[in-house]
Amino acid sequence: MPKVKIDGVELEVPAGLTVLQACELAGVEIPRFCYHDRLSIAGNCRMCLVEVKPGPPKPQASCALPVADKQEIFTQTPTVQKARKGVMEFLLINHPLDCPICDQGGECDLQDQAMAYGFDRSRYHENKRAVPDKELGPLVKTSMNRCIHCTRCIRFATEVAGVEQLGATGRGESMEVTTYVEQALATELSGNLVDLCPVGALTSKPYAFEARSWELTKTESVDVLDALGSNIRIDTRGAQVMRILPRLNDDVNEEWISDKTRHALDGLRHQRLDRPYVRTKGKLVEATWDEAFAAIAARLNGLEGSKIAAIAGDQCDAESMVALKDLMASLGSPNIDCRQDGARLDGPRGSYIFNAGVRGIDQAEAILLIGTNPRTESPVLNARIRKRYVHGNVAIASIGPAEDLTYPVERLGAGPATLRELVDGRLGFFEKLKGAKHPLIVVGMGALAREDGAAVLAMARELAEKLNAVREDWNGFAVLHTAAARVGGLDLGLVPGQDGRDVAGILEGCQKKEIEAVYLLAADEIDTTKLGKAFVIYQGHHGDAGAHRADVILPGAAYTEKPGIYVNTEGRVQIGRRAGYPPGDAREDWAILRALSERLGKTLPYDTLHQVRSRLVAVNKVFAAIDQQAPAAWGTFGTPGAISDAPFKSAVPNFYMTCPISRASKTMADCMASRAHLMAAE
Amino acid sequence: MAMITADPKDVPQVEHFAFTPEYMAKVEEQIAHYPPGRQASAVIAVLDLAQRQHGWLPRAAMNEVARILDMAPIRVYEVATFYTMFQLRPKGKYLLQVCTTTPCWLRGSDAVMKACQHAADGETFSVQEVECLGGCVNAPVVQINDDFYEDLDEASMNKVLDAFRRGETPKPGPQVDRQTSAPEGGLTTLKGE
Repeated sequence: MPKVKIDGVELEVPAGLTVLQACELAGVEIPRFCYHDRLSIAGNCRMCLVEVKPGPPKPQASCALPVADKQEIFTQTPTVQKARKGVMEFLLINHPLDCPICDQGGECDLQDQAMAYGFDRSRYHENKRAVPDKELGPLVKTSMNRCIHCTRCIRFATEVAGVEQLGATGRGESMEVTTYVEQALATELSGNLVDLCPVGALTSKPYAFEARSWELTKTESVDVLDALGSNIRIDTRGAQVMRILPRLNDDVNEEWISDKTRHALDGLRHQRLDRPYVRTKGKLVEATWDEAFAAIAARLNGLEGSKIAAIAGDQCDAESMVALKDLMASLGSPNIDCRQDGARLDGPRGSYIFNAGVRGIDQAEAILLIGTNPRTESPVLNARIRKRYVHGNVAIASIGPAEDLTYPVERLGAGPATLRELVDGRLGFFEKLKGAKHPLIVVGMGALAREDGAAVLAMARELAEKLNAVREDWNGFAVLHTAAARVGGLDLGLVPGQDGRDVAGILEGCQKKEIEAVYLLAADEIDTTKLGKAFVIYQGHHGDAGAHRADVILPGAAYTEKPGIYVNTEGRVQIGRRAGYPPGDAREDWAILRALSERLGKTLPYDTLHQVRSRLVAVNKVFAAIDQQAPAAWGTFGTPGAISDAPFKSAVPNFYMTCPISRASKTMADCMASRAHLMAAE
Repeated sequence: MAMITADPKDVPQVEHFAFTPEYMAKVEEQIAHYPPGRQASAVIAVLDLAQRQHGWLPRAAMNEVARILDMAPIRVYEVATFYTMFQLRPKGKYLLQVCTTTPCWLRGSDAVMKACQHAADGETFSVQEVECLGGCVNAPVVQINDDFYEDLDEASMNKVLDAFRRGETPKPGPQVDRQTSAPEGGLTTLKGE
């Protein structure tokens, strides 16, 4: 390992680092605009100049200079200071002085670094250049006069998002960052461009002129709009969520989040349930909590347990799910399910999580996608697969929908029959999987949420075992969920008990009048027309499908309004925190269930969040290990059986609207329209 | 400063562009210069061929180049807008690139420019002001399509332009009695054996 001296301090650093990275290890901050850890090195802003010995007698760009043994690096000499000031002066020549009206103001790299290296007046007396603004779609607002040509956005679009649409045209003073042909970016990750832009050239369109960064309260939490569980920071002003930003977590989302995660937040302001309702004479009438509970108690008291059923939604926190499960158990009902889409998953933990972990994707040499379109189901995970592809030496194939995933995929076939052939070793790709040290089999909900889901699951398991993909050091069997609550629900055992009914069975029972009361815990993705004449209790935060059908509505909290535990698709237990309070009379979900249980005379044995969480750990000890991805139990699961000819369909045909929150979001509707326009143009 | 790079919106629409078989053969020859998978390296040469065939580079031509070289269109636009050699608007049959950098200017490029601007009609001639063409010893210099016309003044410039108008191709090089950059009026030294 090379030994370098940074500002007189000797340090041993791993070979292959750049001087800038070595300086970071030494705790020396180097100003930069174009350099970004997760993008290729451009070396064009020249802000990171340092002096290096031995070397030419002039400052060097540290971001593009590899460290060498016995190198001496000086970061604070007068030469370096003067060089950086010179660079800053050049950058500011064409940069407008509009910080007071710029959305980046207060969190702008250029502003911050100008404090350290900027000159207090301008020596430039000519006109500043004017650059026409670009249209990049409904999420990214451009103000191209502010652009300093760091090219981070171009590199992100090309390398991470995999949409080669942004470029730099012209040269010198005429250089422009543009798509040339005016068009929205066809990516689900465009919001990240705004984070990457070190100045105010790319800002968030929905957030434009909404708030200043210093008036926001920041809460670290977890996203629930897909099953990846991206780490987010929720910025609120008063009771309102103003914006959502990614939080760094290399194990999950690196530092990206999808456009839905970031921009569906305006859905939190619309269609909210803010008070209880009771259906009287066919109409939903506003009620007090007391009246709502009374109405429920009147129907449930004395009802046989087998006639009561409960369905948990896709975005429920673990606390409310365990409360629901305990309540159903005390009512004597075995009819409980958390799999609204009917996914055939209820085996050992290893059968329903993304065992390899998101990090495992980086290791895989061969990846098989079964019945999944990761681009719509989890764009950030898809970007991770793309990252693996860009790294090289990986074979990727898919059985299922033919979609552009931003990287080349060998399409083996459309349905379970192809999977059968592959398992039997009759397809060439089998050898590639067999030859890989770390084969990865990603099974999507499109393959499992269907009649023959259990048979497909059994085939996928057979394949994994045949490939020796499940060993001590590696488990390449990976289930990609689409619902943030699903793994948590399965961990807590929200599946039908002895003689219990699953979702399909519950709906069938409703129509046959064998089920008389259904408790929907924020469950909106079922066919509510099939609930028949059953008494429906809907507890949730949005007036979506479930609430429309409900007989009693109990207003709950959305994910930004309650502390909650969520388990992502890898089985990682993560804690979401409260960023604000639910509107009106709405309450935290577990507390509603606890209060209701008392009215039903089956008081649940917990009064505080801490006690609920203890209960979670008692039910399943995985809840005790926060933010860890541990090897899970393996076993025989799935049911070999007949398979159908129907091709696998993606579980998320429309990325922008998948849940009550995104359906209520105007921004998401705009994105959909923009994407439809783009598709029509092609 | 002229905006040479902005996506020109006032150019005529060209719906379709395809290389003729002769040009396609040249394109393939250019691509063959590079190892397989590195065909994108031929982008400048192929763009030049497209321009020679069409006279200028409409977006349809750049898209066709991108398709042939398996590149994202934006990467081709980047190259085409970077080099002043590529014309993104329709040009006359003859492009007059008048050098106005100091040596040419001192030797009377203003008068040459005047003559060129007078002739420019957008169909036969188009004019472009360019920086040093590297022919200072024969200043003033005008590049007409691929050839340099040197040692010009207003009268000789007009003579050259008239010849082009008549459909002739005047002899490139110095327009005075001079061989390349040798002295005017014949050699002064090294006359004998």
